[in-house]
Amino acid sequence: MKRSNWREPWIWAVTVFSLLLAVPVLLIFASLFVPQYELWHHLYETVLSDYVYHSLLIAFSVGALTLLLGTSLAWLIARYEFTGRQTLQWLILLPMAMPAYILAYTYTGMLDVAGPIQSQLRHTFNWTYHDYWFPDVRSVGGAVVMLSLVLYPYVYMLARTAFSEQSASFYEASRSMGVSGAAYFRKVAFPLARPAILTGTALAMMEAFADYGTVQYFGINTFTTGIFRTWNGLGNAIGAAQLAAVLTSFVLVLLLLEKHSRRRLKYFHQGQTHHSSKRVSLSPIKRVWATLLCLLPVLFGFIIPTVQLSVWTLDRVSTQVDEQFIHLIWNSFYLAASAALIAVGLALLFAYAKRLHQHWLLTSQVQLASLGYAIPGTVIAIGVMLMLSAADDALNAFTEYVFDTSVGLIFSGTLVALLLAYSVRFLAVALHNVEAGLQRIKPSMDDAARSMGLSSFGVLRKIHIPLLRASVLSAILLVFVDVLKELPATLILRPFNFNTLAVRTFELASEERLQDAAVPAITIVLVGLLPVFLLTRALESSKKK
Amino acid sequence: MDYRYTKFKQVMSLKRFLKMIGLVSCVSVASLASAQEVNVYSARKEALIKPLLDTFTETTGISVNLVTGNADALITRLKSEGKYSPADILITTDVGRLYRAKEQGLTQKIETEGANKLIPRNYIDPDGQWIGFTLRARPMMVAPQRVDETQLTRMEDLADKQWRGRVCVRSSSNIYNQSMVAAMIEQQGVEKTQSWLNDFVKNFARTPKGGDRDQIKAVVAGQCDVAIANTYYLAGMASSDDEATRETASKVKVIWPNQQDRGAHVNISGAVISKYAPNLASAQKLISFMLQEDSQVWYAKTNHEYPLREGVKQSAVLRSFGDFKAEQIDLSRVGELNRQAVLMMDKAGWK
Repeated sequence: MKRSNWREPWIWAVTVFSLLLAVPVLLIFASLFVPQYELWHHLYETVLSDYVYHSLLIAFSVGALTLLLGTSLAWLIARYEFTGRQTLQWLILLPMAMPAYILAYTYTGMLDVAGPIQSQLRHTFNWTYHDYWFPDVRSVGGAVVMLSLVLYPYVYMLARTAFSEQSASFYEASRSMGVSGAAYFRKVAFPLARPAILTGTALAMMEAFADYGTVQYFGINTFTTGIFRTWNGLGNAIGAAQLAAVLTSFVLVLLLLEKHSRRRLKYFHQGQTHHSSKRVSLSPIKRVWATLLCLLPVLFGFIIPTVQLSVWTLDRVSTQVDEQFIHLIWNSFYLAASAALIAVGLALLFAYAKRLHQHWLLTSQVQLASLGYAIPGTVIAIGVMLMLSAADDALNAFTEYVFDTSVGLIFSGTLVALLLAYSVRFLAVALHNVEAGLQRIKPSMDDAARSMGLSSFGVLRKIHIPLLRASVLSAILLVFVDVLKELPATLILRPFNFNTLAVRTFELASEERLQDAAVPAITIVLVGLLPVFLLTRALESSKKK
Repeated sequence: MDYRYTKFKQVMSLKRFLKMIGLVSCVSVASLASAQEVNVYSARKEALIKPLLDTFTETTGISVNLVTGNADALITRLKSEGKYSPADILITTDVGRLYRAKEQGLTQKIETEGANKLIPRNYIDPDGQWIGFTLRARPMMVAPQRVDETQLTRMEDLADKQWRGRVCVRSSSNIYNQSMVAAMIEQQGVEKTQSWLNDFVKNFARTPKGGDRDQIKAVVAGQCDVAIANTYYLAGMASSDDEATRETASKVKVIWPNQQDRGAHVNISGAVISKYAPNLASAQKLISFMLQEDSQVWYAKTNHEYPLREGVKQSAVLRSFGDFKAEQIDLSRVGELNRQAVLMMDKAGWK
C-alpha cells in the first residue's frame, strides 16, 4: 500500500482540497511577518487592553456559566426522576436554535430604558428614571448571559451522555464505601464525566470568542469588533489580519488545553457495556424545584424571546413580508444548501480517503482542514479575502498579458468567496457526522459483499449509500443551519445584489428597528429548530442501544 | 531553424490559441451580459434607495446592481479591489466618508457643470470629487417640560454645569459626532472646541450607547433631558407605522442651536464616482438623475432629509420641526478635520 501512495488520486484530491481550505488561515498567520509598528503602537495606547480584557472575560465567564448550567442540568436529567423530565430533557436543547445576536436584540428591545417593561414599571409606580435600579442589558454582563443562554446545550448534551453512560456498579461500590449524594457527584461522577464536560465547555468558549453580532450590538470592544474596526475604520487589512492571528492563537491554546486534558484521562472507564444506574426518585418538594430549575434556562433562552419575536412579527408581518423578503429567503436557503452540499461532499471525500489509505499525511491533512470550526468567522473571512484577491490579481495579470484584457474580480466579489469561507468554517461539522456514519460500516462488510460477487460500485450502492444516508442527511442539515445563522463572514464577503436573512436581521437591528428585525430573525430561529429535533432523536436512539 | 526559434514559435502559437479561446468566450459573455449597467456600492440601506434606482432603470434602460453595507467596509472593499473593482458609484450618508474615499484616491472627477446651477456650491467638492444629494441637520432634542429653552440656545451652552447628568449622545466612534466636532473645530478653533468637549462630556447622563433613536427614546424615558440626534431619525419616528414610536417622537421638541450666530450643524448624503468605474457614462447619468426634481422629492421624503436642490419642497414632518439657519462652511474641511476630531474626543474621554 505504501508504494502507491503518491499515485493515488484520493491522496492528491485530499491534498489539493485541504490546502485550499488551509490557505486562508495560513495567510492570517503570514500577516505577522509584515510588521505594522505604527498601528500596534496606536492600538496599544488606546484599545488593545480592552480587546484582550473583554474577549478573555467574556470567553471565561461564558465557560464558567455554561459549565455550571450544562452540568447541573445534565446531572438532574440523568440522575433523578421528576415531573416533566421526559419533555424537559429535549426542551433544554431548544436554545441551540437561537443565535446569540438575535437573543441580544430581543432582550434589548424588551428590557431597555425605553422598552415596554421599564416603561410599565415607571408608569405603574409613578417612578422617574432615577428612582429605581434596573440591570443594563447592553453590558459585558449582558453579553455573557446572552451567550451562555444559547451555548449551555453544548455542555449539557455531552455531560448528559457521559452521566447516563456511567455504570450503576460505580454508584453501588461508592455507596458501600460510604460515598453518596453530593460526595458521589464530586468524587466519582464528575471526575468521570470531566473530559466530556470540558469538551463542551471548550466548544462554548470558542463560540464566545468568535461572537461578533452580540458584542457589536452592545458596543463592547473585543477582538472581533476590533478586527472590523481596524480593517474598515483604520483601513489596515494587514493589521486586521494580525489581530485575527492573535485571536486565533487564543482559540488554539484553548483547543490544545482541551486535547491535553483529555489525553490524561483517556483510559478512564467507559461503561457502555454495563447496565446504567436507575434514576433516583425525588421528594415532592424537590421534584418541583428540579422541574423549575430545568425550565428556567429554556424559558429565558428560548420561550420568552420566541414569544416576543412572534408578537413583533405578527405586528410587522404585513409590512415586512413582501416580494423582497421571499427573495431574501430564497437567497439564504440556496446559499446555505450549496454550502452544505459542498461541505458534505468534501467531508465524504476526506472520510473515504482516510478509510482507504491510512497514511499519516492524510490524517494530519484532514485534521488541519477540520480545524476551521475553532476559528472565528471574522478571521476566516479576512483570510479568504486576502487569498482570493491575490488569486484575482494573478489571474488578471495573466489575462492581460495573454489577451490584453482583464476579466475583473471573478473570485473575491462573488459567491465563490462565501462558499469557500463556509467550507473552511463548517467542514468539521460535516466531517464529524460522516465519519461517525462511516465507522458503522466495518471494512469486513465490504470484503464480505465483494466475496459474494458485488462490484465495488455495487458495494457503494447496496451497502454504503443506504447505511450512510442518515448521517449524510444530518450533516447536510447541520451545516445548512450553521450557514443560515452565520453573520460576520457573510457580512464581509457577500457579493452584489445579495442579502441573507442573518444580514437583514443585523441591518434592521443596527438601524434600531428591532420590531422589523423580528421577521427575518424568527425565520432563522424556526429553521434552526430542525437540527435540534434531529439531535434529540439521535440522543434518544443512542440511549436505547 | 535553431532551437530557440522553434521554442518561440511554440510559445507564440500557444499564445494565439489561448487568445482565440479568450475571444470566443469574451464574445459569448458579452452577448449574455446586458448592454448597459451601473454598479452601486451604497451605505444607504436597500429599502431607502432601491425604488429610486428601479425608476432609473425604467427611464434609462440601464440596469443597476446594488451592494449595500457599512460605508467604511465599502470603502475598504473599493480600495482592496483596486483597478479591477466593478464599482461605479459609492453612495454614503456622511461627507466624512465621501472625503475618506477621495483622500484614499478612490474617486474621479464628476461632471458637475449642470449640478452647480442646481445645488449650493458648498455641497459639491471644490475638486469635483464628490457631490451631495440631500441634507440633514443635527440639532438638540429636548423634553419640553424639563428644559428651559431660554437656557439652551447654543451648542456651547451644553458645557454648562446646569446640564450635569442630563445629556444623551451616542458614541464618539460614530461619524455624525465626528463630523459635528470637526465642524466646530473649523469654526471655533482647536482650543475652544477642546475645552467645550471636556466640559460637555462631564454632562453625559450615561456612557454613550445605542444609536440616535436610542438617545431620543432615553429623553422620553427620563434618563436624560437633552439628546443630540439627526433630524431624519426623529422624522422617521414621527411617521412610523407603530403608534408607540409616534407617541415617543411627539414627546420631544427640536431646539435649533446657534441661530443667532453660525447656524445649526448640517451634513449631507452624497456620492463619488469610483476611479476605475467601468461604466463611467452610466454612472454620470445616475448622478444627474439623483438631482432631478422628482428624484429629489422622493429621495428626500423617503429618507426624511432636506432636498439639496433649491426650490424642492420638504416633507410635512420636516416642516413641522420649523425653519432653521444652517452652518455655511466648506464641507470638505469637515472631512479633512475628521482625524483631529477623533483624537480630541478621545482626549476628552468621550467613549
